[in-house]
Amino acid sequence: MLDQIIFHFFAALAIVSAILVVTRRNVVQSAIFLITALLATAGIFLQLHAEFLFIVQIILYAGGIMVLFVFVIMLINLDVSLHQIQYNRQWWLGFLLALVVGAEFALAIAVGRSQLALGEPAPASALEPSTQLVGKVLFSEYMLPFEVASILLLVAMIGAVVMAKKKI
Amino acid sequence: MLMNVIQYLISIWRPLVCAVAIVAVLPLVAGYIVLMERKVMADMQARLGPMRVGPHGLLQPIADALKLLIKEDIIPDESDKAIFWFAPLISVTCAMLAMSALAIGPWFQIADLNVGLLFVVGISALGIFGIVLGGWSSNSHYSLLGALRSAAQLVSYETAAGMAIVGGLLLAGTLSTREIVETQGDYGWWFAFVAPVGFFIYLVASIAETNRAPFDLPEAESELVAGYMTEYSGFRWALYFLAEYTNMVVVASIATTLFLGGWLRPFASTPIFNFLDYIPSLLMLLVGGYCFYRAPKQPVQVQKLFMVAVGLLLIVVAIILALPLVPAVNEMVPGLKEGLHGAFWFLLKVGLYIYTFMWLRFTFPRYRFDQLMRLGWQFLIPLSIVNVLGIGVALVLHRHWGWSHWIAFPLTTALTLLVAGWLGWAGEKKDAGQVFVGEL
Amino acid sequence: MIPISQCLFLGMVLFTIGVIGVVTRRNVIIILMSIELMLNAVNINLVAFSRLVGSAEGHVFAIFIITDAAAEAAVGLGIIIAFFRNRETLLGDEMDLLKW
Repeated sequence: MLDQIIFHFFAALAIVSAILVVTRRNVVQSAIFLITALLATAGIFLQLHAEFLFIVQIILYAGGIMVLFVFVIMLINLDVSLHQIQYNRQWWLGFLLALVVGAEFALAIAVGRSQLALGEPAPASALEPSTQLVGKVLFSEYMLPFEVASILLLVAMIGAVVMAKKKI
Repeated sequence: MLMNVIQYLISIWRPLVCAVAIVAVLPLVAGYIVLMERKVMADMQARLGPMRVGPHGLLQPIADALKLLIKEDIIPDESDKAIFWFAPLISVTCAMLAMSALAIGPWFQIADLNVGLLFVVGISALGIFGIVLGGWSSNSHYSLLGALRSAAQLVSYETAAGMAIVGGLLLAGTLSTREIVETQGDYGWWFAFVAPVGFFIYLVASIAETNRAPFDLPEAESELVAGYMTEYSGFRWALYFLAEYTNMVVVASIATTLFLGGWLRPFASTPIFNFLDYIPSLLMLLVGGYCFYRAPKQPVQVQKLFMVAVGLLLIVVAIILALPLVPAVNEMVPGLKEGLHGAFWFLLKVGLYIYTFMWLRFTFPRYRFDQLMRLGWQFLIPLSIVNVLGIGVALVLHRHWGWSHWIAFPLTTALTLLVAGWLGWAGEKKDAGQVFVGEL
Repeated sequence: MIPISQCLFLGMVLFTIGVIGVVTRRNVIIILMSIELMLNAVNINLVAFSRLVGSAEGHVFAIFIITDAAAEAAVGLGIIIAFFRNRETLLGDEMDLLKW
């Protein structure tokens, strides 16, 4: 019962924050609402027994990527952007198509709902020492993607530094 | 329905009491840490510090809090009012939230998360937003520059601090704060002695993390007029200040838990040193005796009475701390000794760590911002990576190849120190004008 | 135990809101933020399925996605800064000429 209430609270917070991200005129406010959306998602991760992912979401996403966003927003702030038109000319078409996509997903979930049982959901204890499990899987089976991800980060770092320089 | 809620609340009474204690007591403690800083500063500068307000200045924090509460609340005109209002709250909330995973003794912990230490690090990372948004919403150049500089400094040193923590975690094998302390008890040695380089990196990085001198360029008065806090007055500024001192306590608690043995007394698992159990009471008795000794020499009557009162209070505390050593009492309340003495040792270590912060503040001149960034990125981060490597190698040598831990750990510490020396020497060369790495 | 279909539904709603943000807004920073929303929604789906099956592989994939989102945000913001220095605009509609 408490489980459900907490889940609905975090889900509502995530959805409301997401809507506010997309509709705010002020970019800094959008960034703040994205931070709350990410924190709400972290709460949902914690409820789904993904403790390591909860903390990784807070440290990396909310505490790293969003700091980057906020920095950039403050560096290239345009006061005139508050008075420009916020939505592009074909917004109605985009909105409609997005709703169609969403409806398709909703249909897929609704139709497949009975088949999502897969026998019985695994017990929560299967994910218990979350950090250890993630570490075990990450460093044994997915070692190659792990190394590739580190090279990806290196490339991104070099790219970002080169992009931001005034004179290459 | 209401009965269910009340029953649930009663079943979690211990975390609730701890949470209430933190929210109610920590601001007061932070205020007294400010007073302690002023007294320590005065002592190192051969003067007396606040002496007027209350006996020996002990009511100074209360007077300061009162003054800040009744000050005029100035909000800059063009600022983004919602964010201006919200920013100090983020700082304070994150600072206090970070205390929730830390254990002050085996009895005092809100939540023993099994990713506890990482949780504290992550929530401290969220505190950066309070600074950045506060500087931004003040609509002032000084504030924005100070905020961006401060955030850049925090982000850089957070990486180094995180890697230093990883070095300690390799030894601990777990992220839960309670189990880290218990592992140090089982191992016999505090991790600061097994991985001293990691402890040193964490010490330096934590000074930068809390914007303390010598890394306090973003908020030094002679530089940017208090940086991101410039436009904040009255209670909002008090919230930022409170957040800064609470962050100091949090950072000291992390270092104590991970490197200094948490709530364990020195040599916790060697029975020969059981006489060290008498140190808490003896210390309190000593200080109480000193208060009684100084009491007749006070110039003013109220100060005499006050010293006597403090002496009596310390004697009472000494008796309370000596109670668990009586076996009869220990059987009545299980775990009394760990609870009381654990809290004492933890607070003593946190106090010493904070005293070291203050000591360094009043000794070293301030780092310039480019020197600060260079120290973070070109010295501390490579050193912390090498430290992780070194501790990993030492653990492999100790656990898989069976080398004694008297050989493996000092060896890798020496190698890491060699690398540190090389990094320092290479940095000096660059500073002297010779180009070490080709300019990008 | 939370029904998994509710988590999937939440992921779907967040994804749709992200798509709306990308195709509707003019400001490129908000477009980037909507992309982050979409990646987040995918993460929720992955973790929900990982909870259903009881294996940590969904978590590992989600960590890779977060890593990827970080790299992409860094490079994307670098591009935006470089473009801003050149054209002084942040609107996607006005970023339509490579050179004249």
